Amino acid sequence: MLKKSYIQLFWAMLVLSVSGCTAESTEGYVYYINFKPEADAMWQELAEKYTEQTGTQVKVVTAASGTYTDTLTVAMNKTMVPTLFVVNGVQSLANWEDYCYDLRDSKLTDDLESEDFCMYGKNGALEAIGYCYECYGLIVNKSLLKKSGHDISEINNFASLRSVAEDIHSRSGELGFDAFTSSGLDSSSSWRFSGHLAALPLFYEFGEAGICSQPAEITGKYLGLYRNVWDLYINNSAVLPTALNTATGNMAEEEFGSGKAVFYQNGSWEYNSLTNAETFAMNPDDLAMIPIYCGAEGEENAGLCSGTENYWAVNSKADQKSIDATIAFLDWVVTSEEGRKMMSDSFGATPFKDSLPFVNIFISDADRLREEGKYTVTWDFIYTPNTDTWRAGVVSALQSYSAGTEDWGKVENAFVNGWSYQYKTEHCILN
Amino acid sequence: MNTVIKNKGVRRAVMLRSPIFILPAFICFVISFVIPFLLGLYLSFCKFNIPRDAHWVGFANYSAAFSDPGFWSAFGNSLMFMIASVVCINVPAFFIAYFLSEKINGVGLFRTAFFIPNLIGGVVLGYIWSMLFDGILNYFGTYLTASPVYGLWGIVILVAWQQIGYMMIIYIAGFKSVPTDMLEAAEVDGVTKAQKLFRIILPNMISTISVCIFLTLTNSLKMFDQNLALTGGAPIETLENGMQVKTTELLALNIYTTYNINANWHGAAQAKAVIFFLLTAILAGTQLYLTGRFGQKPKKRVRAKEGAAKQ
Repeated sequence: MLKKSYIQLFWAMLVLSVSGCTAESTEGYVYYINFKPEADAMWQELAEKYTEQTGTQVKVVTAASGTYTDTLTVAMNKTMVPTLFVVNGVQSLANWEDYCYDLRDSKLTDDLESEDFCMYGKNGALEAIGYCYECYGLIVNKSLLKKSGHDISEINNFASLRSVAEDIHSRSGELGFDAFTSSGLDSSSSWRFSGHLAALPLFYEFGEAGICSQPAEITGKYLGLYRNVWDLYINNSAVLPTALNTATGNMAEEEFGSGKAVFYQNGSWEYNSLTNAETFAMNPDDLAMIPIYCGAEGEENAGLCSGTENYWAVNSKADQKSIDATIAFLDWVVTSEEGRKMMSDSFGATPFKDSLPFVNIFISDADRLREEGKYTVTWDFIYTPNTDTWRAGVVSALQSYSAGTEDWGKVENAFVNGWSYQYKTEHCILN
Repeated sequence: MNTVIKNKGVRRAVMLRSPIFILPAFICFVISFVIPFLLGLYLSFCKFNIPRDAHWVGFANYSAAFSDPGFWSAFGNSLMFMIASVVCINVPAFFIAYFLSEKINGVGLFRTAFFIPNLIGGVVLGYIWSMLFDGILNYFGTYLTASPVYGLWGIVILVAWQQIGYMMIIYIAGFKSVPTDMLEAAEVDGVTKAQKLFRIILPNMISTISVCIFLTLTNSLKMFDQNLALTGGAPIETLENGMQVKTTELLALNIYTTYNINANWHGAAQAKAVIFFLLTAILAGTQLYLTGRFGQKPKKRVRAKEGAAKQ
């Protein structure tokens, strides 16, 4: 009798578990794995509004900082798969290429003002759409610059930048501030140099060679420009080069925000933090962004570095109803009043036709320079193979070089040979 | 002690109902250990981005794992680290426990103070110690990750500081279990302190020492958090062909970083994890076997002596 009960219990559990696993939604749903923790509250609010208006279920899960890939991988392995996720470069796209739905014939393409921020895959499939764009360069505290007896108009190339920076650094004791913020090589800050600054030599090399996709090898022809800037940064700041490995991103931000340095290499995303009354409350009129002058020929005509690392991709493994629901949701986000406001407040500049105006001095500077006919330095670091691994090698070499324990050759080796090796591992040429 | 149920009816009833009591723990064990282990074993022979889409590639992942110089470097580092930490943790822990087993003032306070580091999380400790080390080394114009020697010894010092207190507690329990009549008899016979320690206390504490060495060995092999937070494997040496070797990376961290290279390396990381498991299992098995052999010797001797006395 008891044995019979066990068997009945077993079958009941089996039937329940199987029916639970195979339960499918009869209507499409939207499930977004959000990349930016700072925008989580706004996405949740927007999702709720959309569900109220249309009845479509929208679930937004935000990955904690630095755990996006892990969160996405786990979610993709579940029964209810995400329908919308973020890829942030060529490598990320390569990892998730099989999961990217071709958006070429979707309504989203009609919403785009520019296709400059789209990523295409095999056979020209539109696999990911950049949903915001940003710029980076040297953020300048114009007020401090004036106090040091200089003006922003006198800086238009590397020589003039160096002259101003070295003058400020030599008088830092008397002025009470230094030229550059600390160039921290802690992981919270090193991406500014192994990613953003590294884009400069890549941009000039790729431009000269006509490269517009990920190359298997690089020559490092313009690494001298990279060295120019790096030497300028570390020799004209208050922090000793040997202490850079523990200097963090927050330290640099605090140095700039509290008026201890004139120049700060960072991007348009810093605008809110620098001007917000609850953080640094800097006067927007005191701020400007100039190009990172590195000594390239004709750099007087350089603009800011503009691009994006934020691309939406729709999961091709989701059922068609959910794919359609997701595209409809995205269309609503970039065309509805509520959606456009959220996009403008959270991300600033977006490449959609109906995007709302926004206030960000740095993006305005990028637009102004572009209108003046200056060339845009594109984000060529997005082509980096095995981004994190390659960058870690470059950062380690920069640390040794800065501390004086190794020469510049080590940085060149990590940069150039590291690239070709990581390319091979990324494309399975080694294994 | 085994309880034997002689009544057949009662025994049958117990046998039939026993699954009800075993089942919850068994289900948890299967879900948490058996299924992930078997899945991991299967995935080590597959190429996959997410486990659902895995496809069989045979031994390719094992080949990639064995041909990765970073893996061998991490293997060597783990071996060195294991030896260093066994010595640097157990020797001080034993002597601290020896002194704190004596009747001295403030024993409780000292024991608590030594044990507290064990309550702090590995990542927190890693970041705090990296600041401490760098604060000192910056004074001399260098930094923790400037050299693998600094980095690896940094991890040893950190882990010793963290685990000495824990092992000390086990050793104190060991000291307490040494028969007092034996100690008193030795004192009456006029042994020196060194003789008492090496001839009486140590032989009686073999099983305690084995437990502590076993724990230190397995903790050293599994070391991850502190390694990640303190050095992250740096400094990184980029070889002339562009291949990277993280010179302070231990095995567990190497598996993690391999997984994060890109989707093509998920299988190789899984293969490394299986190798890691085998290594740990062999080491733990050997250690347990040796402990069993040496741990029984004193008992055998005592029995033999008892037998001789009876005769």
